[in-house]
Amino acid sequence: MFSNPDLWKFIFGRLTWQDILPETIVVYTFIVVAIGGVAIVAAITYYRKWGYLWNEWITSIDHKKIGAMYMILGLVMFVRGFSDAAMMRSQQAIAFGANQGYLPPHHYDQIFTAHGVIMIFFAAMPLITGLMNFVVPLQIGARDVAFPFLNNFSFWMTAAGAVIVMISLFVGVFAMTGWLAYPPLSELPYSPDTGVDYYIWGLQVAGIGTLLSGVNMVATIIKMRAPGMSMMKMPVFTWTALCTNILIVAAFPVLTAVLALLALDRYAGTHFFTNTGGGDQMMYVNLIWIWGHPEVYILVLPCFGVYSEVVATFCGKRLFGYASMVYATIVITILSYLVWLHHFFTMGSGASVNSFFGITTMIISIPTGAKIFNWLFTMYKGRIRFELPMMWSVAFMITFVIGGMTGVMLAVPPADFVLHNSLFLIAHFHNVIIGGVLFGIFAAINYWFPKAFGFKLDQFWGKVSFWLWVPGFYLAFMPLYVLGLMGITRRLNHFDDPSLQIWFVIAAFGALLIGGGILAMLVQIGVSIARRDQLRDVTGDPWDGRTLEWSTSSPPPEYNFAFTPIVYDHDAWWDMKDRGYVRPREGFRPIHMPKNTGTGAILAALAVAFAFGMIWYMWWLAAVSFVAMIVVAIGHTFNYNRDFDIPVETVVATEGERTALLARHA
Amino acid sequence: MSTESAVQTAGQPAFYVTEEEHAHSSTLLGFWIYIMSDTLIFAALFATFGVLRHRYAGGPTAAEVLDIPGVALNTAMLLISSITCGFAMLEMQKRNKGSTLFWLAVTGLFGAAFVGLELHEFATMIAEGAGPQRSAFLSAFFTLVGTHGTHVTIGIIWLITLMVQVGRKGLVHENARRLMCFSMFWHFLDVIWIGVFSVVYLLGVL
Repeated sequence: MFSNPDLWKFIFGRLTWQDILPETIVVYTFIVVAIGGVAIVAAITYYRKWGYLWNEWITSIDHKKIGAMYMILGLVMFVRGFSDAAMMRSQQAIAFGANQGYLPPHHYDQIFTAHGVIMIFFAAMPLITGLMNFVVPLQIGARDVAFPFLNNFSFWMTAAGAVIVMISLFVGVFAMTGWLAYPPLSELPYSPDTGVDYYIWGLQVAGIGTLLSGVNMVATIIKMRAPGMSMMKMPVFTWTALCTNILIVAAFPVLTAVLALLALDRYAGTHFFTNTGGGDQMMYVNLIWIWGHPEVYILVLPCFGVYSEVVATFCGKRLFGYASMVYATIVITILSYLVWLHHFFTMGSGASVNSFFGITTMIISIPTGAKIFNWLFTMYKGRIRFELPMMWSVAFMITFVIGGMTGVMLAVPPADFVLHNSLFLIAHFHNVIIGGVLFGIFAAINYWFPKAFGFKLDQFWGKVSFWLWVPGFYLAFMPLYVLGLMGITRRLNHFDDPSLQIWFVIAAFGALLIGGGILAMLVQIGVSIARRDQLRDVTGDPWDGRTLEWSTSSPPPEYNFAFTPIVYDHDAWWDMKDRGYVRPREGFRPIHMPKNTGTGAILAALAVAFAFGMIWYMWWLAAVSFVAMIVVAIGHTFNYNRDFDIPVETVVATEGERTALLARHA
Repeated sequence: MSTESAVQTAGQPAFYVTEEEHAHSSTLLGFWIYIMSDTLIFAALFATFGVLRHRYAGGPTAAEVLDIPGVALNTAMLLISSITCGFAMLEMQKRNKGSTLFWLAVTGLFGAAFVGLELHEFATMIAEGAGPQRSAFLSAFFTLVGTHGTHVTIGIIWLITLMVQVGRKGLVHENARRLMCFSMFWHFLDVIWIGVFSVVYLLGVL
């Protein structure tokens, strides 16, 4: 049937049998993934949960469920990203002298690229977005986000991007360019395979989701706050979420544009970043860092918000310097646009330009330092409860300060000329991203898990995880500072000098401890589900919280609040408790809510098909799925019947159950 | 939201709203934010064009390939379509379905004329050997102008969809809101075009 090569080429583009499962190690991975996948599908079918999954989750426009799905996506991709990291650490620990290790360069290059791309775009971003999705509407006393359907669509586009990147593990190759795919290496003559195309389309599809969710959250925070909650009465987490989403809206379009230009170079033969025809590679590097530097603040600002909530709650005190915290956040938001060039001082733009960007970079440490002092002063004379979220916050404060100081070192252009692209840089940004972002996410998961699912996470396994993670982090990354100062550059899969090996072995041991920490975290979740009846949170306020999300039940009802709260002070729930607030038991009304829709998931599935067609040059597939996307999107706009009322009986029943539950445990 | 309507217990302020709540639409704000983000895509393309505008790579220069009288006509089409789009909005405010649809159709025709003239310009340039693969300048030119043209094309598809919806359902609340968004989008494309016309065409032939 396929003896005609032209027909084959028309249908399958450049895809051949050799592209499927190209490496032995990938075959084993595929077997494990396939067994796992079949088991999950079989279990869902056996328990007849497909309908439940579709109706209650996939089509859900409930911000809480979408938030939870983002978190699950982020954690799954985090495990994938960590396995890449573990492979790199073990390769570098053994590949000395005659020993070439087990990862040849072309495979190793894919692994470090995939590690960076996955950790930033498909682990950290979904985890942050998931947190904001879940927490922000509850904190501002709203029933959902401003555009609930768009929220569902954004999630599925992010998931679609992750799927596209995951497909590259088994079909074809992934980019071998490093996580930002600098040209000319990422141009067609030097990367003729599918790797960079997977990169481009995976990020473009996910980028649409991220951008739209940014628009959504900004509109939500500006328009949907409870009456009385003026800007300066917003919880700090909501403030940081607002600034982060403004950054998303203002930075992601640049990423979209620059990746589109790279795609044009690769697909249409233009000369934006090529070596010939007048192209300019540094244009790419500038544009991608104009997105890339705000991106790191997109990740870390919400975590600063998490620490602010956690420290205030677990010290039983109002946050020290609320206004200065807000202004520090705003200043960081603005400054994050004025520092991008510090990623490439070595471009050679001259002393004046480098000085400008060096100084702006150092200035960012001032508002950040102010934040650290605010948290410390909040702890000062507070009644500190060392629950898991607080432990992660303290680990953050110590770790992040170290990472921040090495950042200031890198901001000095002459020093940067020595340290540029060395393992010192790798140690620095893992120091701030793990110590700042990841610890914040762990604090947040432990803090808000009872709100989301109605029971606390197990403390013992949480502590095991903490005590493996934190020393593991120091063992894994402090040796990289040392190696970086000795001049070792990043992205090497083999070393000649045996005297360096001990440092890589220590780092690998650290990675092993981190692996143990991740395992303990999974055990923690499993154990907590098994012991959920003992860990149950019946009050809705397990930590003696301060903000509005703790005023409703755990997990909150579909409509969040039976009555919209009125706010008089920041820490609104604390204020309500302080003034002897009594929960209303009557006078309920029907509540107007948006309806579920499957359009988001369908559009995202078509986006995957479109991307696959583009990557493999199956033009018919790309064209058909592109047209299908437009048709489905237009079709969706013909549906005018998008809302429904939750009947008052349902509200009365739900609230009645809670009244009874609270009475039983009073 | 007035606090008088909320429940008051002795000596306490009201902690929650008890009156009927009115859904407030965030669509226009959301659309403004979207437009701002789209502006940044154009900003990146303008910046790229600015860097690459003299990278002729031995190929034709801007002055050699750009046809100013043609583009003046083109600009007129787009500007007129913005005026007619404004007329459509005025008729929408008066709830005149027929004349709203009429002015929307006129807007769409002028928009289509703009896209047609642009495609003709592109075809002529490519036929002369001044295609996007020739030099970085031409890559940046085709991408910036073409991205604007793609936006206009999407706008026309949106316009047709809205005309069908207005035809079926009339100027109901949802449709009026959508028309407002469309009108913002259409005027936004006008603003971008003023930038394209000045930076690409006028500066190019100076």
